[in-house]
Amino acid sequence: MNSPRERILARLKAAPKSAAPLRPDWTPPAYDAAARKAKFKAMLEASHADVHEVTAADWPERLKSILANKGVGSMVYAPATDAGQRLAQSWGEGGPALVAYDRPVEEFKEVLVSRADAGFTTTRGGIAHTGSLVLWPTSDEPRLMSLLPPIHVALVEESALTDSLAETIRVQGWANGMPTNAVLVSGPSKTADIEQTLAYGVHGPKELIVLLIGSESP
Amino acid sequence: MVADAHKMEFGAKAHVALNDPKLRANFRRAMDGLMTKRAAQFADTGEWTSLRARGAAIRANALAKLPELLEQLEANCLRNGIHVHWAETTAEANAIVLGILEAAGARTVIKGKSMVTEEMHLNAHLEKNGITPVESDLGEYIIQLAGEAPSHIVMPCIHKNKGEIAELFHDKIEGQPYTENVDELTAAARKALRGAFAGADAGISGVNFAVAETGTLVLIENEGNGRLSTTLPPLHIAVTGIEKVLEKLDDVPPLLSLLPRSATGQPITTYVNMISSPRKDGEKDGPKAVHLVLLDNGRSRVHGDTELRDTLRCIRCAACMNHCPVYTRVGGHTYTFTYPGPIGKLLTPQLEGIDCAGDQPHASTLCRACADVCPVQIPIPDLLVRLRTESVRPAAPGAVKGAGSMASSSETMGWKGWTLLYGSPLIYRIGTKMLGWFGNLMPSSAPMLKQWTSVRTKPKFAPKSLHELAREKGFCDE
Ligand code: SF4
Repeated sequence: MNSPRERILARLKAAPKSAAPLRPDWTPPAYDAAARKAKFKAMLEASHADVHEVTAADWPERLKSILANKGVGSMVYAPATDAGQRLAQSWGEGGPALVAYDRPVEEFKEVLVSRADAGFTTTRGGIAHTGSLVLWPTSDEPRLMSLLPPIHVALVEESALTDSLAETIRVQGWANGMPTNAVLVSGPSKTADIEQTLAYGVHGPKELIVLLIGSESP
Repeated sequence: MVADAHKMEFGAKAHVALNDPKLRANFRRAMDGLMTKRAAQFADTGEWTSLRARGAAIRANALAKLPELLEQLEANCLRNGIHVHWAETTAEANAIVLGILEAAGARTVIKGKSMVTEEMHLNAHLEKNGITPVESDLGEYIIQLAGEAPSHIVMPCIHKNKGEIAELFHDKIEGQPYTENVDELTAAARKALRGAFAGADAGISGVNFAVAETGTLVLIENEGNGRLSTTLPPLHIAVTGIEKVLEKLDDVPPLLSLLPRSATGQPITTYVNMISSPRKDGEKDGPKAVHLVLLDNGRSRVHGDTELRDTLRCIRCAACMNHCPVYTRVGGHTYTFTYPGPIGKLLTPQLEGIDCAGDQPHASTLCRACADVCPVQIPIPDLLVRLRTESVRPAAPGAVKGAGSMASSSETMGWKGWTLLYGSPLIYRIGTKMLGWFGNLMPSSAPMLKQWTSVRTKPKFAPKSLHELAREKGFCDE
């Protein structure tokens, strides 16, 4: 019983037992397809995100013009993902420069921390109840591209929307294996630490642009 | 008798706070807003009732299985590549964190918001040992610049208004002009902290929930500073109290639905960050090493009492302090200790001992506002009453550390007299007669009356007692 670990566990185990209560019923909210999409959009917009309804065919083009209107100079993207390849193929001339996040952060820090204007990521889905994007970074699509540049662009398929986090965790089988890092994003970075006044972009992105690909796109 | 008398000064500090109109206004504005926003979130009482019953059961379940879940959490974290450390005291936890940093050659640390590191006074410990910690949550950054402690567990600088913050930034950030524009102040902090993030050798964070089933650390926040602190530096150290464990990943959604709604009236925080391992082979970012420090600091002792154990259900939402008529008038610094408000006055004497923080449970009106809003149904007022009782009773087996240390001989004598008076009809009758005759001659400066009459009018004894009046009307008390 020499280590703090053993002493702490011994004390906890010596404590009188209390019965572990059953978890009483609780039903997370559920929606039909139209309400699901409407709720998802409304919640994200209430959190100060821009949601654009796009199609599988036109989203790169739409994104290019959205960014051009904002005067975005460069966007970091993940070249090895399907969406990244699609982006690079259809980007063409003009518009913001695409910068590939294809190296370890140690060699890419400077671009991420102080040069890129935007970062583009896919999502593993969206949650209607809270207007949340499910980000599931991988070795192809690293963590920091959604966080360091002033604008985060996220691509969501309407078919990947769920009603609640509880449902997402269940249908996507999260308990069977969590990634290094999973993140729910519900709007741009914000704070209310100064006199409860909302201010955006305190550390992370000031803007969140969501491209929602309709499920019956051509 | 009192081990750490300088800490017991709630009453004196409360007087100062009550006479500070600026502080009163800052808190009043903030708390009114938070109460309204929370109420709007839980307008559907049916949903609130079932959700909080679920939340309370999830936490009670985790505490009932605490040792097993901690072992499971540890095994899963280790399997995922997270190092796990155990600390019985804050000194041990500080030494562990410092040891990890020194072994990695770290000199600078960027910190996400964490109350448990406040409990440890970690920053002071690191500074003493040549390591510079920078707080990155805007509120924490502000009070770090001001050299203060948090006055609220969710909004640490709630006691400051924008004029004070403008002044502070102008003073402490090079080249920063005086401005009360909140966007400009926020941008100044972003600029000042960017370099600190990029250059930090390590990131330190707290933990909101630790999931035993998967070995996952859940951290919630709005600013993104928590994600940056746990992603950008090559080393991440997470520090948590041993009570923060949950059994299953499925337990996260209901609690996540309760916490931000209770805290700030938001449906969810902007970021919910779930960390399950350090950077894996082939991954391009994320820390190369993740450490989890599990701190006891008296929690296992609290857990040892099945009634007081409920204290450990707390998910640190701060709703209790936002609604407390005492906290909202005196502010968080009045409590002296790390955790203010109802949860503080319940938790602190249990962690630190009644001999050190025994005045805290008395800083309550027992109005039950805290219990009404607590999302995990902690019976705060009932437990406060128990602590009050134990503060003046000599220690019985199983009593809270330091029990009996607030007993005073005049109070004990007073109660003895009371017992005598009420135990004997004859003495009672003579006593009340005497009070009727001479009670009004008692000066309000008499020992036991003095404090009571300082804010109240001295009561007047009627010439005839209720019993006498009743008897005159023909009632019989036999
Ligand atoms: S005691 Fe309840 S209301 Fe207070 S912070 Fe903890 S969970 Fe929230």
